[in-house]
Amino acid sequence: MDVVIWSRIQFAMTAAYHWLFVPLTLGLALVMAVMETLYVVKKDEFWKKTAQFWIKLFAINFAVGIATGIILEFEFGTNWSNYSWFVGDMFGAPLAIEGILAFFMEATFFAVMFFGWNKVSPKFHLASTWLTGIGATISAYWILVANGWMQNPVGTTFNPETVRSEMASAAAFWEVISNPVAVSKFCHSVTSGWVTGGIFVVGVSAWYLLKKRHVEFAKKSMLIGAIVGLVGSGAVMLSGDSSGVHAAEFQPMKLAAAEGLRDGGNGAAFTIVPGIQVPHMLSLLATHDWNGYVPGINDILNGYTDNDGNVIPSVEEKMIMGRKALDALAVYRQTDDPVLKAEAKEILDANVQYMGYGHLSKPEDVVPPVGIVFWAFRLMIGLGMLIALVLLLCLFALWKDKLGKWTWLLWAAIICIPLVYICGQSGWVVAEVGRQPWTIQGLLPVNVAISSLSAGAVKTTFFIFLAVFALFLAIEIRIMIRAIGKGPDVEPQNS
Amino acid sequence: MAKAGGILSFFVSLYRDGFRNMTWGKPLVWLILLKLIILFGILRVFFFKPAMKGLTDEQKSEKVGNVLTQPHHTDTLNLLTD
Repeated sequence: MDVVIWSRIQFAMTAAYHWLFVPLTLGLALVMAVMETLYVVKKDEFWKKTAQFWIKLFAINFAVGIATGIILEFEFGTNWSNYSWFVGDMFGAPLAIEGILAFFMEATFFAVMFFGWNKVSPKFHLASTWLTGIGATISAYWILVANGWMQNPVGTTFNPETVRSEMASAAAFWEVISNPVAVSKFCHSVTSGWVTGGIFVVGVSAWYLLKKRHVEFAKKSMLIGAIVGLVGSGAVMLSGDSSGVHAAEFQPMKLAAAEGLRDGGNGAAFTIVPGIQVPHMLSLLATHDWNGYVPGINDILNGYTDNDGNVIPSVEEKMIMGRKALDALAVYRQTDDPVLKAEAKEILDANVQYMGYGHLSKPEDVVPPVGIVFWAFRLMIGLGMLIALVLLLCLFALWKDKLGKWTWLLWAAIICIPLVYICGQSGWVVAEVGRQPWTIQGLLPVNVAISSLSAGAVKTTFFIFLAVFALFLAIEIRIMIRAIGKGPDVEPQNS
Repeated sequence: MAKAGGILSFFVSLYRDGFRNMTWGKPLVWLILLKLIILFGILRVFFFKPAMKGLTDEQKSEKVGNVLTQPHHTDTLNLLTD
């Protein structure tokens, strides 16, 4: 394998590792804030102790997850230096805002939440708990603004002088931060975190119920966890719908790969698994129109007319326009003749949206690994629905007081803890593998974004990361299991 | 100014007392410190040097401009394609 593949695998591993901690942070933050709100409103010490237990687990997850995102930034500078230069301030600005915001909000409010129980008033402490979660959520927004721009590069202009994508005005900055792909990605990611936090609380509570320990604590925690998880599940479905519409609009190849759709058309069917289809469903999901046109992989390769009547060129035509853009860029950078420079700039501007296609050697290069994207999509949806069902059944069992008898449901809730992580990771596989070969959609393919490094150098750091990540993950799981084993300080063991 | 000083001393005492009275959280603090040392003291220093460190902005533009305008091969783009 060459340096591009090793760098991609390394980045994927780091991002996947980072995403082990983020969703639980986002979800548990909401759960514990709700619990502490109940304490402040009801003035009931039980809820204080309950919130303190989940804050403890939040802190363990937070401590191990801290700074794992910084490694991605190391990789941008070392492995993806051409990309880092190309994206310019567009990428730097959101990440800098995220870094500063995360540092100040987390350093202040997390400290008050963690150390301040006896130092500030209950209301001030409650505000700090909410603000810790809100801070983490806002941080996620800035990261997803950067990611959303890579999927749908709006609001920037390519400057051939600096070879960077630049934001020319405040309006452009607004366009970047209100990018519809970023907004739906943010909603989808954050609410999937609520599902993670919810099912984590439900699963841990189920374990206490199976062991007949801390029964009141476990039932009340399960109730809050299941409600948060179900609200998250509903919001994930709504934002997932919006993500599907945006994929159809801005990244139709990703949608076609996720559906394994070779030849599209009007009234396209949704494939549940190969051989089982729901007629018209894909058109409805992708275009909100029963008979809307959804292009397949071959349509995208050969060119098609979209639902608004726009003629989308074939990939071969895009490659020609991309090469024109790159040739014009070369002329622009080499010549001192102002007339020639102006002509080159004009050609570049006319074709710049397809510039990345100029680097491709054949049209099929734009097709991502279909099998991986197709099955990851099904895994994500299938597990998401299973988890929502388990959450719903837990609520029903709590209402009917059946939890003592339905031990299978308690086991299912525990099993859902690892499953929710597989579900979330599958979602990112769809999002990121599905947009290959692009680092920036249509503008920069991965093999151009890479630094001139040796594969051996990347391989070395890959295995160092693998060892370090495995060690820290093992430590976290051990500390977490010990904390859960010790249990909350709310009531006698056999209550 | 006095108010700012008050806030600062509040946070200093918050952290100082918090760390002093910490029980189960102590291993976590050591874990964070160990991680930061590995990340910034080893990986950043020895393995993750910025590829364009030391270049001026003009040199960076030149370097990336040259990469963009050179012909590329995409044999490695989709090795995972089924």
